[in-house]
Amino acid sequence: MPEERVLDVKNLKIDFHTYAGEVKAIRNVSFHLNKGETLAIVGESGSGKSVTTRSIIGLLARNAKIEGGEIDFHGKNLLDLPEKEMQKIRGNEISMIFQDPMTSLDPTMKIGQQIAEPLIKHKGVSKKEAWAKALDMIKAVGIPHAEERINQYPHQFSGGMRQRIVIAIALICEPEILLADEPTTALDVTVQAEILDLMKDLQKRVKTSIIFITHDLGVVAGMADRVAVMYAGEFLEFGGVDEIFYDPQHPYTWGLINSMPTLESDTLESIPGTPPNLLDPPKGDPFAPRNKYAMKIDVEKKPPFFKVSDTHYAATWLLAPGAPKVKPPVEIQRRWKKYDLMKQENKLPGVK
Amino acid sequence: MPEKKKILEVKHLKQYFKNGRNVTKAVDDVSFDIYEGETFGLVGESGSGKTTTGRSILQLYKPTSGEVIFEGKNVENLKSRADKLAFTRDAQMIFQDPYASLNPRMTVEDIIAEGLDIHHLVKNKEERSKRVEELLETVGLNESHASRFPHEFSGGQRQRIGIARALAVEPKFIVADEPISALDVSIQAQVVNLMIELQKKRGLTYLFIAHDLSMVKFISDRIGVMHYGKLLEVGPADDVYDRPLHDYTKSLISAVPIPDPEIERSRTRTPYDAQKEEMDGKERSMHEIRPGHFVRCSDDEVKHYEQVAASYED
Amino acid sequence: MAEEKLTLPADAFEPLPKDEAQDNENIAGPSLSFAQNVWIRFKQRKAAVISAIIVIIMIVVSFGSTPFINKSTLVKSHPQYTNLPAKVPGMSAVNGLNGKIKQNGKWVDAYAENNVPKDKYFIAGTDYLGRSLGQRIIYGTKISLIVALVATFFDLTIGVAYGIVSGWKGGGVDNVMQRIIEIISSVPNLIIVVLMLVVLKPGITSIILAIAISSWTTMARQVRAETLSLKNEEYVLAARSLGESSWKIAWKHLVPNLSSIIIIQTMYTIPTAIFFEAFLSFIGIGISAPETSLGVLLNEGQKNFQFLPYQMWYPAIVLCILMIAFNLLGDGLRDAFDPRGQR
Repeated sequence: MPEERVLDVKNLKIDFHTYAGEVKAIRNVSFHLNKGETLAIVGESGSGKSVTTRSIIGLLARNAKIEGGEIDFHGKNLLDLPEKEMQKIRGNEISMIFQDPMTSLDPTMKIGQQIAEPLIKHKGVSKKEAWAKALDMIKAVGIPHAEERINQYPHQFSGGMRQRIVIAIALICEPEILLADEPTTALDVTVQAEILDLMKDLQKRVKTSIIFITHDLGVVAGMADRVAVMYAGEFLEFGGVDEIFYDPQHPYTWGLINSMPTLESDTLESIPGTPPNLLDPPKGDPFAPRNKYAMKIDVEKKPPFFKVSDTHYAATWLLAPGAPKVKPPVEIQRRWKKYDLMKQENKLPGVK
Repeated sequence: MPEKKKILEVKHLKQYFKNGRNVTKAVDDVSFDIYEGETFGLVGESGSGKTTTGRSILQLYKPTSGEVIFEGKNVENLKSRADKLAFTRDAQMIFQDPYASLNPRMTVEDIIAEGLDIHHLVKNKEERSKRVEELLETVGLNESHASRFPHEFSGGQRQRIGIARALAVEPKFIVADEPISALDVSIQAQVVNLMIELQKKRGLTYLFIAHDLSMVKFISDRIGVMHYGKLLEVGPADDVYDRPLHDYTKSLISAVPIPDPEIERSRTRTPYDAQKEEMDGKERSMHEIRPGHFVRCSDDEVKHYEQVAASYED
Repeated sequence: MAEEKLTLPADAFEPLPKDEAQDNENIAGPSLSFAQNVWIRFKQRKAAVISAIIVIIMIVVSFGSTPFINKSTLVKSHPQYTNLPAKVPGMSAVNGLNGKIKQNGKWVDAYAENNVPKDKYFIAGTDYLGRSLGQRIIYGTKISLIVALVATFFDLTIGVAYGIVSGWKGGGVDNVMQRIIEIISSVPNLIIVVLMLVVLKPGITSIILAIAISSWTTMARQVRAETLSLKNEEYVLAARSLGESSWKIAWKHLVPNLSSIIIIQTMYTIPTAIFFEAFLSFIGIGISAPETSLGVLLNEGQKNFQFLPYQMWYPAIVLCILMIAFNLLGDGLRDAFDPRGQR
């Protein structure tokens, strides 16, 4: 059953022009987003995950150069659209929320106005109607005493509350796609849990598809339907959330999962070294220098995506026919066993 | 088991900040002990007072009241410059923000050697360079980094420079104030492993301040949970994490996301209402419910918590 | 996602030998100090670079002229050459630069009229005493730059120290120090100079004293503001936790990080000081004869402006270029120092 696709990113290549040279921030990234799902892009700083989402909504820095690829949204290539067209889409069909709730809101505008604005601008609704809808939205995001607070200013709200307001602004026009760039990283863990629950709840109501960027694997496990692991400007592995967490194939994914302390572990395996310099990216697998399972071919040739299942692909030479079977870290082996068990008991939720 | 020596005793520490007419009670009557050689994890969310506690212990803020006793001596009563300097040698700090805790205009060598210079621990330039080299190697960097500037390094590397700086004066006790919060996940593991290794080799004692419960549990021997300036629960790491007594601790643990989709799908959160305890006006202090496991409660609530502890045993 | 037929070399799957893996703690590229970074960013700002060149040229020319243009040359008057317009060699086609001047609507060759020898040129013309305006302008520029130097000196000594102490101490001390600054800056500079004239003769001394009393206040305020924010930076906290004394912290940690603000502020102090002197001299209570400055020249030129406009235009243009150049230089430096570029 073919799922309806809302977004199709093909062979995206983006460079940044700096005085030190061209930084190849995005090096051939392709993915799609299905209707109603949450796609998580996981990566560490410098991996390019923020740049990817900003290119979708057209908010790249001035020194960014699109070197190739297209972003297909309802038959249009977003990369080709002029600014005026993009402004009609932003806040309306595609919305974005950012990490820092302290600076995302205009401190001189009442929050009611900030929430109503997109509605007035994009849907041509009257001010009265827009404010009424804004009030509904404020209640929907769980802010108490909505009737009074709609007239208050951002500084009168805490960080978690402000992030709820940001979500309200983003969702009031019921966009098809919501881009969330580390929306809970700056929040306390209890507040984060509330915001994530809120997002899941609203997603069901508004039927929006979410691209969720984060470096926190725990958050991914709780939010995502599908996961893409990003490193040095490219995807190394992508698949359904259960596939990635219980059947990971790329050594970088192993490393990420392994660096998180679990209830059982008493040692923590870290990934040595640091990500590569994107001014002069390596020609093979970018993770090879830090990969203890690296093979000669890893520094020579970039691995293509090998199929693990219809929905799960990994770009590692370890999956090539003829490659040696390596023994992954203990924690990964445990997860593989669990995956086999889950498959047998047919406990895996369907993935599109 | 031999009686462990206490390296630090914090007694009824209070740190209030005056802002015009408002008084912010950042740390409100906190008491705990840290034993030699252990890692004491202090957990809490923003506004809990954990960072202020760490800084007050090191006398970076002057405590409003209370006592900080380090190796048997009351730190605030240290009058002579020599005594105060000796304390800064023994008790050091690692900071949270790897981007802000290193002077952007100084070379790495000067940053690491600052402690050596202040305490006159080296005799000449050659010795100074040599010590810096040793320290760089200890934290996994190399000598070519000494002449470079902080902005050329990644977050994880900068944090390691910060650790080298703290180690230069050969301290016994290190307050690590959210040392890994600003780092990527895989780098966090690097820094944590480094800290554990250093602890084993040099017999260090850590006060590990963080909000990431799972990492704190991994590295700590004992954990203290803070909320709005008060210490709510103290106990062995496994006990606090697996058998939490206070409602806030329970809600904190239930909110931490786990990288395991099956577990995440089946979880429910336990919300916590701070008002209940604030508003009833009861006198509360630390009571020992299980050996070594304390909780902040009033006398009549002890029974309730004993029941909670018992419920874990089935 | 079609899988292509892959032809891989025979040893493709052999494990990577350890030393082939990059040494990934190594930092590629040369080590750039903060100053080098600033220089690179500065070079990108064309306006600032041009301004810097102009400023340097002016400094070199005006100070380099000292052995040639001194009090004696200034005092010498040549009555036979009074009020001649500019005659620039090679510009004989341009009216106004070829010795001709507009009189009653007609261009008249003033040099011929005054029987000036054919080989005598005055690049900027002469004044009412026959003195070379060009020479006087160069000398005047030198005076202006000296005034600028003095102002900078006081900025760097009084201003910076005052600001650091005020910002670092904070609380009551800061309060008192800031109120003092407010009192000083609320008294107009003009009043201070006039008061000085009660005791001193108008001249460079009174100007220098007036500047010494009041011009450093802006620098002090800037430095104080930056100190207030810097003292809460974690590296300052780290230095305190290492046991560093306050004085050492101020010198080692604060001053280097204040240097951007200090340099930028000096670039704005200079045009203010230059204009201050020009203004005073223009209204007659600054530099007086036989010394000259751009302000004096403006004053003299203003008297003849109707008929001999060049006598005011030329010093005015030089003054404007000088001030604009410093302002643009200040802007360029501020952008180059911008910490947003730094991480």
